[in-house]
Amino acid sequence: MRAGRCWWLAGCLALASAWPALQAWAATQVPVAVVSLDRDPRYAPRRAERAYPGHPTTPAIEGVRLAASDSAYELGTQDLALDVKAFTLTGPDQLNQLLQQLKAARVQHVVADLPVPLLRELARQAPAVLGSALLFNVSQDADALRGTDCLPHLLHTYPSRAMTGDALTQYLASRRWTKVLVLHGPLEDDAVQLDAFRRSAKRFGIQIVQERPFKLSGDPREKDLGNLRLLTGDRQHEVVVVIDSDGEFARTVPYATQWPRPVAGAAGLVPLAWHPQWERHGAPQLTRRFLRQTQRAMQGHDWAAWMAGRAIAAAVLAQPKAGVAAQLQALRSGAVTLDGFKGKALTFRPWDGQLRQPVFLTHGDGVVGLAPMDGVLHPTETMDTLGVDRAESACKARP
Amino acid sequence: MSLSRRSFHSLSRLGLCLLLAGIGLGAQAQPGSTVYVSSEKDKKIYMFNAKGDRIGAIDTCERPRHMVFSLDKKTMYVCCGNSNELGIIDVATNKMVRTMELGESPEIFDFNSDQSTIYVSIEDDNVMAAYDMATGKELFTVATGGEPEGIYVTKDNKFAYVTSEVANVVHVIDLNSRKVVKDIKVGKRPRRFMPAANGTELWVSDELSNSVSIIDVAGQTVKHTVVFKVKGFRDSDVMPVGLVPSLDGKSMWVGLGRANHVAEVDVATRQVKQLVLAGQRAWGLDLSPDGKTLYVANGLSDDMTLIDVSSAKARPVRTVPVGRVPHSVLVSR
Repeated sequence: MRAGRCWWLAGCLALASAWPALQAWAATQVPVAVVSLDRDPRYAPRRAERAYPGHPTTPAIEGVRLAASDSAYELGTQDLALDVKAFTLTGPDQLNQLLQQLKAARVQHVVADLPVPLLRELARQAPAVLGSALLFNVSQDADALRGTDCLPHLLHTYPSRAMTGDALTQYLASRRWTKVLVLHGPLEDDAVQLDAFRRSAKRFGIQIVQERPFKLSGDPREKDLGNLRLLTGDRQHEVVVVIDSDGEFARTVPYATQWPRPVAGAAGLVPLAWHPQWERHGAPQLTRRFLRQTQRAMQGHDWAAWMAGRAIAAAVLAQPKAGVAAQLQALRSGAVTLDGFKGKALTFRPWDGQLRQPVFLTHGDGVVGLAPMDGVLHPTETMDTLGVDRAESACKARP
Repeated sequence: MSLSRRSFHSLSRLGLCLLLAGIGLGAQAQPGSTVYVSSEKDKKIYMFNAKGDRIGAIDTCERPRHMVFSLDKKTMYVCCGNSNELGIIDVATNKMVRTMELGESPEIFDFNSDQSTIYVSIEDDNVMAAYDMATGKELFTVATGGEPEGIYVTKDNKFAYVTSEVANVVHVIDLNSRKVVKDIKVGKRPRRFMPAANGTELWVSDELSNSVSIIDVAGQTVKHTVVFKVKGFRDSDVMPVGLVPSLDGKSMWVGLGRANHVAEVDVATRQVKQLVLAGQRAWGLDLSPDGKTLYVANGLSDDMTLIDVSSAKARPVRTVPVGRVPHSVLVSR
């Protein structure tokens, strides 16, 4: 009797576990390509193990895979399934070859996890080979990709630098920490980020009392640039903001300033797209699903990759019969809303293809705020107080 | 001198407020009924009398959420989402007497008509699980879409309806064959159920679509969608979750979440009759046995609002603190 029940139970379990596979087998497969770069310097092992906040440490494919599995049931009701495939680019000269591979695989939905120059090139060249294929940027915050370099078929689930900068300055304003000392690095990206921060500071009434360049150096002749106590020696500022696209210097700043001042920006209080300790809006369930699949905590880049997968699923579900052009239209018009587990229904901005979203203000082990902050107002959509609003957008290539 | 006068004034104002509150509630104060509010972060269910005075607390398992009485009202069941248990509470002594093990992150549950079987949405495993109440043994599970939540078992014990927050569907599960026989597409992030119109309709709250979908039970299709608009709030803040019908079944009260209001919907015409202010993230709700007071749990302001619904124009009369993150309200009747 007991044995009989066991067999019956085992049979049920086997059927239950095979069910999604059976469904997928019967369904129309929608290929989703996740494109990464071979030996992407961002994922070099010694670099990734530093795990600077806001820097990706592992490629995007796991997030997209989770999205496919999260979407499987709903897609299954329409006999559809996402088929997530990894494609690797070996170098800039291989772009056309990659596009041909994508074409051969009938790919119309591309999740691109690439350095900015390659992402820009892929987006430019894709229409000629792939027609109206949709492209998602899931790991780059460069404002130019949403501005002068924008493209109608390029969507961004990762928040732009302007958005995270606005989130930080909104938070500083809400705390009345309005006098800022800015320490900025020597890299080209640091200069871009410094400009973005200046813009954000102006928007929310933050006064930059001093801007000082830093340099990682023990050279006594450069001690003004490398010595934190000298760099932070003036005392009129209330908070130190570190602009450091690399991350190494920023990590040394918290608790090492001359005066007791909070540190924000690239270290200390960091604006991020996701934080695994966020407890509201069903977030722990998503974080736990990701942890189960990958054995690691979900970070902002994982969230953006997952969100791109969910956006593809939602677009396909909204327009199952129509082509990708109609799907793009549905996404960019805001007709399709997405649940990002951040407490609000999310939509893409029609003017630059950026996903509107709340941004977390985080420190090492927790979240202290969620921007847009309470009290920040906007005539139509409060989330548009983060980043580049319609009237300010430099994006000309709108569909 | 001026200080004492000021304090006298504030005292008399406070007295007036209390008096008004007393008048407002005097008619519906029922000595017998107790209001139970589960508090997600406290491992406690707080108890209030009908007027909203706190009278005690019950220690529970971790993260208590949905609560239901046994048929004889002697026992209360509570789902504990963090310790993965069903807490079984003796109502006479207000003690949790034992627990029953459930799957990972159980959220909402319902019973068959004699309460011999409990059906629970198991959020992390994406299943609806059935357990035998006598033995605590798991009987079977049925796979659902992501994050199953609301559960409603039909009175004839033939079907269970389950919402999937991620798949945006309501599953119709045949409890005999233990299979999903239909998926009904509803709004975004469907949360809870409430039957209406003598069980011919099933109302589903769509948290991310500022709406309630009304399912025609016979046809198993959505026959109407009630959309909520709250002046002064963006649509994205209007997040319906809790549902409770008026005693006569003519109205449905809906907690609108971040829009900080509850709505009264006319069941026959689907018109929103009125919106009443509550606290922040008004979600779980229940009515007093006489149907005159609505108790609303406010998840973000950690309190409960008592709303006088005895006349056509409802009004909030009192708000009382309730631990950390109040989730559900259950009133003994």
